[in-house]
Amino acid sequence: MSDTNCGASVGGQLEWPYPIEYGEETRVEADVLVLGGGLGGCFAAISAARKGLSVVLVEKACTIHSGAAGSGIDHWMACPANPASRITPEDYTLSPILKFKGGYGNVITSYITARDSFEALLELERMGMKIRDTEDEFAGADFRDEDTKLLFAYDYEFRHCIRIWGTEMKPALYRECRRLGVRIFDRTMVTSLLSEDGVQGNRVVGATGFNTRTGRFFVFSGKASVLSMATPERLWIFSSELTGLVGRDGPPTNAGNGHAMAWRAGAAFTMMERSTREEWGGSTGIGALMFSSGSSFATWYPCSIVDAKGKEVPWAANGKVLEAFEQRTHPAPGQHFFSLVLGGGEGGESSLPGLIPDLQQRIDRGEFALPLYADLPGIPAHERRAIFGLMVGQEGHTQQVYEVLTRAGFDPEQDLLQVYSLGEAPPGWRRLRWGGLMHDWDLRTNLEGLYAAGQQAFDSCGASQACATGRWAGRRAAEYAASAAQGRISEEQVSSEKSRVYRPLLEEDGIDWKELEAGIAKTMQDYAGDVLTDELLEIALITLAEIEEAEATTVMARNPHELMRALEVQDILTCGQIVAEACLARKASNRWLSFERLDYPDDDPPEWKKWLTLRSEAGETRVEELPLEYYGPLEENYEAHNK
Amino acid sequence: MVERQARALQNVVTPGKPVVFDPAVCNGCNRCVEMCQSDVLIPNAVKGAPPLILYADECWYCGCCVKECPRAGAIRSNWPLMLRVRWKRKDTGEHYRVGMRNPPPANTRPPV
Repeated sequence: MSDTNCGASVGGQLEWPYPIEYGEETRVEADVLVLGGGLGGCFAAISAARKGLSVVLVEKACTIHSGAAGSGIDHWMACPANPASRITPEDYTLSPILKFKGGYGNVITSYITARDSFEALLELERMGMKIRDTEDEFAGADFRDEDTKLLFAYDYEFRHCIRIWGTEMKPALYRECRRLGVRIFDRTMVTSLLSEDGVQGNRVVGATGFNTRTGRFFVFSGKASVLSMATPERLWIFSSELTGLVGRDGPPTNAGNGHAMAWRAGAAFTMMERSTREEWGGSTGIGALMFSSGSSFATWYPCSIVDAKGKEVPWAANGKVLEAFEQRTHPAPGQHFFSLVLGGGEGGESSLPGLIPDLQQRIDRGEFALPLYADLPGIPAHERRAIFGLMVGQEGHTQQVYEVLTRAGFDPEQDLLQVYSLGEAPPGWRRLRWGGLMHDWDLRTNLEGLYAAGQQAFDSCGASQACATGRWAGRRAAEYAASAAQGRISEEQVSSEKSRVYRPLLEEDGIDWKELEAGIAKTMQDYAGDVLTDELLEIALITLAEIEEAEATTVMARNPHELMRALEVQDILTCGQIVAEACLARKASNRWLSFERLDYPDDDPPEWKKWLTLRSEAGETRVEELPLEYYGPLEENYEAHNK
Repeated sequence: MVERQARALQNVVTPGKPVVFDPAVCNGCNRCVEMCQSDVLIPNAVKGAPPLILYADECWYCGCCVKECPRAGAIRSNWPLMLRVRWKRKDTGEHYRVGMRNPPPANTRPPV
């Protein structure tokens, strides 16, 4: 290592600070393995441990603060079962999926979430996380329910989204895992799932991993496994000169390891053809500090926006300009609830109000002068305090936003914070939109013994969904494990994986992980990006296969940390291959999936109205079909599987 | 006059300094090292000294290291220049920026 590529505080080559244990091996056995320790993984571990089973949780970072909500979360979405809600879980689940997703949504995880997310929130409250305005700071506010002291967001009429003090969520879950005796392996990257007898498609009977500081190898055996890792965030966009390896909603750890290992084990995926152009590629830089600048959405909803001369930018909903501030948070008489489709709005119109849709054109015509600002001083005091005092203090890395901005003198009572989010990302800068594992009502995948939670399940995202599905998958996995024996691990599969894992350490003159990752991202941009045709997608697959056989086999690592990154990039390559295969398989454009095929322009023709599932079998990709409505009757299935 | 001296070195990675330590306050407990989502920091070989920033380019500014620090002021977030946002005082029209030379007094109101 040269003395300058280590960042400002490191001068000169350093001794690796941790003991090196390459090749040393630890074997661990449990009833239930939970792979990935974010919200979904922690809840899965907790619910399995409560069934009295032995549980091992494996996490690449540090469970106390890992995952997309590792530093906090401000909204508890999809919570129509709370006592102040005015909408049923059935309605909350089905209306947006049918109306705004054309039926291309995960009804099973959405319904489980709608039914159970308030229960999960109450559990978090019992674990010590604050969910109510117990100090009455917001007494009398439009968004507060006086009986429960819950604070609502977005839709003050139907009340299905709750503002919470989420910075304490992960520490609370971590403590509960520890209290229940869950054995936690932090800084341990899972590298593969072990199939019974080493045969792809067989029951999942364990996993391998290694410590990202020492390099020690682990073999985990489990009767059942819950896979709860994040959606791949680094497929099309990579630049280490930006911040955080361009992870936006999720931390840079979200490389798609779970997707890649499940694919190699023969698990079936769906929705992997769906990606959208990065929307917030504005001037604050992709990858960092969402909500650190002025805005009107999510954490900042429903903040007013003014132009450089103080002229307010109007809000609109359903094609009509909203006159009153309250209309942003109250559906019009006769209008249904504001649906919050995460990552939605691309396929159909969202019902949630927002700034006028032709704002950019009106700026171009000179109607509004740049820059724009968030007008916190101009909105009602409770709203201002809720946005900047509560939400910005609790959401994701915005806790630091509060700290840094207030230390620098920013005062929401009198200051206008500049808006930076206008403008599009560069061509080809896309994000996978929630493709993941296909599953049944038990959240079991097509592989015996393997369950999916959080973003690992297709079309599933958000804190409440992660917690509700983790809680569910943990119970279902525990039930299976309670009556199953440990499976037969193939020593040949273990030793072959061990060689694969350590290979980058033997390379001295190969490619570094950053160059490899940037090359894969460029391939995805060029051939599986904004323009899709059979020919381009075939070139994507050829190029990725070439890289896999050539450059990727020479990726090098000089310590366990670099080894983690090198293996992540190999997983990113696998995820890119799944995406390209999925895009190639759907020979029809589909606006609900934000999927435009230049060579098949007909939008959502009836013969293509179905799920395509993909899995790997003996080196070939198998494409199968499922009807969109494969989930069946909601309440009946929920009751039958809710044990 | 600068000394006539040059060294041949590779480029530094940017942004290169996601957090700043105050060595007078930090006692090298390495709590921040353990809390980091990306394993950006490593313990200092000198016992009691602040951790070292090894992988600055992998920081996504989640702030868990700062949040979990047991000694106030030992570590703080240091946003890179491209993220140092601007604001304007509504009444006076005065402009401000994170990182400006003569900042206004800090706003000491705690979050909810």
